[in-house]
Amino acid sequence: MSDRDEGLNRRKVLECMTWAGTGVLWTVAGGVPTSLGIIDEAVAAQQKGFTFLQISDSHVGFDKSANPNAKGTLEEAIARVKALPVRPSFMIHTGDISHLSKPSEFDDAERIISQARLDVHYVPGEHDLLDEEQGKLYRNRYGRGSKGAGWYSFDADGVHFIGLVNVVDLKAGGLGNLGAEQLEWLEDDVKGRSASQPIVVFAHIPLWTVYPQWGWGTEDGARALSYLKRFGSVTVLNGHIHQVMQKVEGNITFHTARSTAFPQPAPGSAPSPGPLKVPEDKLRTTLGIASVTFKQNEQRLAIIDTPLQG
Amino acid sequence: MSKMKSLMKVVVAGVAAFLLLAATPVWAADATAVKIANFSFGPQELKVKVGTTVTWTNEDDIPHTVVSPNNFRSKALDTNDTFSFTFSKPGTYRYFCSLHPHMTGAVVVEATTGSIATP
Repeated sequence: MSDRDEGLNRRKVLECMTWAGTGVLWTVAGGVPTSLGIIDEAVAAQQKGFTFLQISDSHVGFDKSANPNAKGTLEEAIARVKALPVRPSFMIHTGDISHLSKPSEFDDAERIISQARLDVHYVPGEHDLLDEEQGKLYRNRYGRGSKGAGWYSFDADGVHFIGLVNVVDLKAGGLGNLGAEQLEWLEDDVKGRSASQPIVVFAHIPLWTVYPQWGWGTEDGARALSYLKRFGSVTVLNGHIHQVMQKVEGNITFHTARSTAFPQPAPGSAPSPGPLKVPEDKLRTTLGIASVTFKQNEQRLAIIDTPLQG
Repeated sequence: MSKMKSLMKVVVAGVAAFLLLAATPVWAADATAVKIANFSFGPQELKVKVGTTVTWTNEDDIPHTVVSPNNFRSKALDTNDTFSFTFSKPGTYRYFCSLHPHMTGAVVVEATTGSIATP
């Protein structure tokens, strides 16, 4: 079977699997996605290479009917991380750490997440900037070494990671927003880098337009992505929408992770994007973590979404 | 003694109720409510007279804000939290939720009869 055939196959598989809410695996070789198989193969692939984890939307402090114990499910997610057969290099958290930006919520999140004993790279969600000074608490706690509202970049195992903030200074009627200052910084940050260096961009709200009616997209996201077009492998990891969704556009692959707190409805399937109440015994199938593996030399990337249950 | 006390209570309650009733029509004309539910403001456009106090109540399980740049800005409203603002000048006040900016609304404040509204 040629690579192209596999690519087409993968798309079909992906569409089905995403909505079935099961673990999803896919890989990218030079921007062209190909199917690797299902989770067992992925775990095998994980043995060699560099793996990091994504967790998102832990909403510590949330206690409404969709999940009265968001703290408990975050603990379960971290237990999953600790039980992984291969220790990841580090973790990224794509925002909404807390529900209401209360110091006690950040404290609880820190206490639970630190049990994974991994470095964690954070970007804020809109729920993390609700203090009187609109994000001062977040920046004091997580913003060391970051610029502006909390954006930064770093390199790990030859991959360039860029954490962006698209939840600040939102405009009436609009979507997520990066702003001119951050875009300028981004353009400068990637300037002069080799096009063969894999890029991972992470931010809270999807950088691509998922569903503008619910504000699921980023106003100036396309501008940010235009700076990354020349790179052979770009992966964009987001949260915010509390469900797995993926898209491939040229060399750029987009992926959103599950929440560890509560699910949200599929676009347009409910009157609003509010927390989705599912039967108690189904809740953990809608929550989870994601692991991402790079296989050196091949420049292949695999993302596995693992629900807390099922 | 205790009978006397109860009687007093009834009298006091009666007077209070009377005062409340007497005050109600005035209060009703000067205050009005906007419901925040299902990630939207209802009514989305509200017409009020100058001097009216509008109260927003968040009925969602997710926090929202009520922000009209340069006019007013609520803190994050958790479930059942309220925010009130008294409109002292006529005009159209557009506002939105700064967390979910696709949520927008407006309060149209009209001058009271006999004031600047007549040429």
